[in-house]
Amino acid sequence: MTEPNTKIPSFHLKLTPEDFAPATREERESLVTMRESVGFWQDGFRRLSRNKIAMTSLVFILIIMFFSFIVPFFYPYNYSFQIRGAENLAPMTYSAEEQASIDAGESVFPHVLGTDDLGRDTAIRVMMGSRISLLVGLVASIIVLMIGSTYGAVSAYIGGWTDLIMMRIVDIIYTVPDILIIILLSVTLKFPLQRLANQPGFEWIQLLGVNLISIFIVFALLYWVGMARIIRSQILILKEQEFVTAAKALGASNRRIIKKHLLTNAIGTLIVTTTLQIPSAIFTESFLSFLGLGVAAPMPSLGSLASDAIKGLNSYPHRLMAPALLISAIILSFNLLGDGLRDAFDPKLKN
Amino acid sequence: MGKYILKRIAMGLTTIFIVITLTFFLMNLIPGGPFMAEKAISAQAQAAMNEKYGLDKPLPVQYKNYLVNLTKGDLGVSVKQRGRDINGIITSKFPVSARLGGASILMALIVGIPLGSIAAINRGKLADNIIIVIATFGIAVPSFVLCTLLMYIFGVKLNLFPTYGLGSLKHYVLPVFALAFYPTAYIARLMRSSMLDVLGQDYIRTAKAKGLSTFVLLFKHALRNAILPVVTYLGPLLAYTLTGSFVVEKIFTIPGLGSEFIGSISGRDYPLIMGTTIFLATLIVTMNVLVDIAYKLIDPRIKLQ
Repeated sequence: MTEPNTKIPSFHLKLTPEDFAPATREERESLVTMRESVGFWQDGFRRLSRNKIAMTSLVFILIIMFFSFIVPFFYPYNYSFQIRGAENLAPMTYSAEEQASIDAGESVFPHVLGTDDLGRDTAIRVMMGSRISLLVGLVASIIVLMIGSTYGAVSAYIGGWTDLIMMRIVDIIYTVPDILIIILLSVTLKFPLQRLANQPGFEWIQLLGVNLISIFIVFALLYWVGMARIIRSQILILKEQEFVTAAKALGASNRRIIKKHLLTNAIGTLIVTTTLQIPSAIFTESFLSFLGLGVAAPMPSLGSLASDAIKGLNSYPHRLMAPALLISAIILSFNLLGDGLRDAFDPKLKN
Repeated sequence: MGKYILKRIAMGLTTIFIVITLTFFLMNLIPGGPFMAEKAISAQAQAAMNEKYGLDKPLPVQYKNYLVNLTKGDLGVSVKQRGRDINGIITSKFPVSARLGGASILMALIVGIPLGSIAAINRGKLADNIIIVIATFGIAVPSFVLCTLLMYIFGVKLNLFPTYGLGSLKHYVLPVFALAFYPTAYIARLMRSSMLDVLGQDYIRTAKAKGLSTFVLLFKHALRNAILPVVTYLGPLLAYTLTGSFVVEKIFTIPGLGSEFIGSISGRDYPLIMGTTIFLATLIVTMNVLVDIAYKLIDPRIKLQ
């Protein structure tokens, strides 16, 4: 055993003159524990960029957008052009005529995904198909966003009897079976819209196709109710806050309060709900196209491409794979991106 | 409670009425009427047909007649299938769709509820992750994609299951799987989040502290409350199965109401489209009302308004 420590600790502070020197810059900075103030967008995007799944989905969506909106402009084939003698080609093969020109030293762009039974290049048709799907998803969501948010905000802001009646209407629309009504509308609107399309100034109807317009009409009629409900519950909380009272006291009109103060503060919910609306719209469009109620031929859609592929499933299974996988991947990535946006911008909305 | 039920029924009736009205007037947007067939009929014959079916009367009168017939349960007559009334078509075709849809709903519940619960109990573990991935993919794959893939892999390549008709039990495997996949995934997600919610509650901790076995804890205490959101999903589930069967029946050539409906659309058989729409819509709305009422009865915590 060693000798016990006999040193008695000193209670005197041992100070040196250096302790009284002013703090250096580094020391001062380390004392600042408060974080820099981060804005709403910055905060949200930072959280989003940390979410690997959401970022992967976003990158995938951007790639699909590049292929469906930009690549077709300089792609050597056209979605409706039928190449004679090049019917039913397997992926990466050439027709006899094309093979001859390759042998002659010319370069022929390969049919990456083969051709269909009319000799149309499948790759470009798939790209155009995803363009339609994306367009439907985006446009329908914007329609839903505009109608739903305005309706929900007005209903919540006015309150009382107006709110009660407006929400009863929403309840009723909510229970209308949407797919049935969409089918009904695309069947019945065909003739009136076609008649309208023949009139000057309405030629664009023919361009979009009657069925596509009926889909948009149904979205405008039925699909906004979910959005209206969510926005209403947000606005109900927001409208009790002081800044609304302040805006009112300053003489702001109701319109201005709803637009500038209430909806702006619900922006997180608006973004998330709109994004999650996109895959559901794409889903509906592909369902209808598959049943033959979607876009008008020769314009392809991922749904109609899959539907066409079934007829030749035994001999040409590859034709089914591209549209089938693509539509699933597009819906999946929008779902995952929406989930990521929700976690980043509106964590309260979870569950 | 009685007041709530009455209110809910009144709302359901309003919805059905709106759907009927919408259907009727939309159908009248189509020019020419149902007897402008491909084959030219003489004007006289057409007038006779119009008179027989009451189509010569002004629109409001036709609307009134249609409503009166509906209250008697009469949906009218098909124009393409001569001599068959729509009631007859529905009663002969709907049982096929009902069997297919019923089997799918059952499968979605039997598979989805345990999957979601297992995921919640094993939160963060391998089983949870696997189930989450399956469920995430499940809600992203459209039924027609799944149908065609199943048909190709199991029907064409492996030749394990028949790909058309509904003759034997084996015929049901692929269509039911295709139709039930999305709702199974949806229910699993729903069940997982509600189970997690319930497992975090105080009374579960109390039950655990009392020393109850995991089995009793889960089945007697947790499951009963966690299953409530699934009950509310039953209405949309029915709607999904009925409309989803359009695609599934078309692909697997099943002679149900779904393929009949799709046939009536491409064949422009307007009375049949109208009748089927009204029949299906009424079914879905009724189911929604029943589910809402059942939900209030099951869960006493919900305030009755």
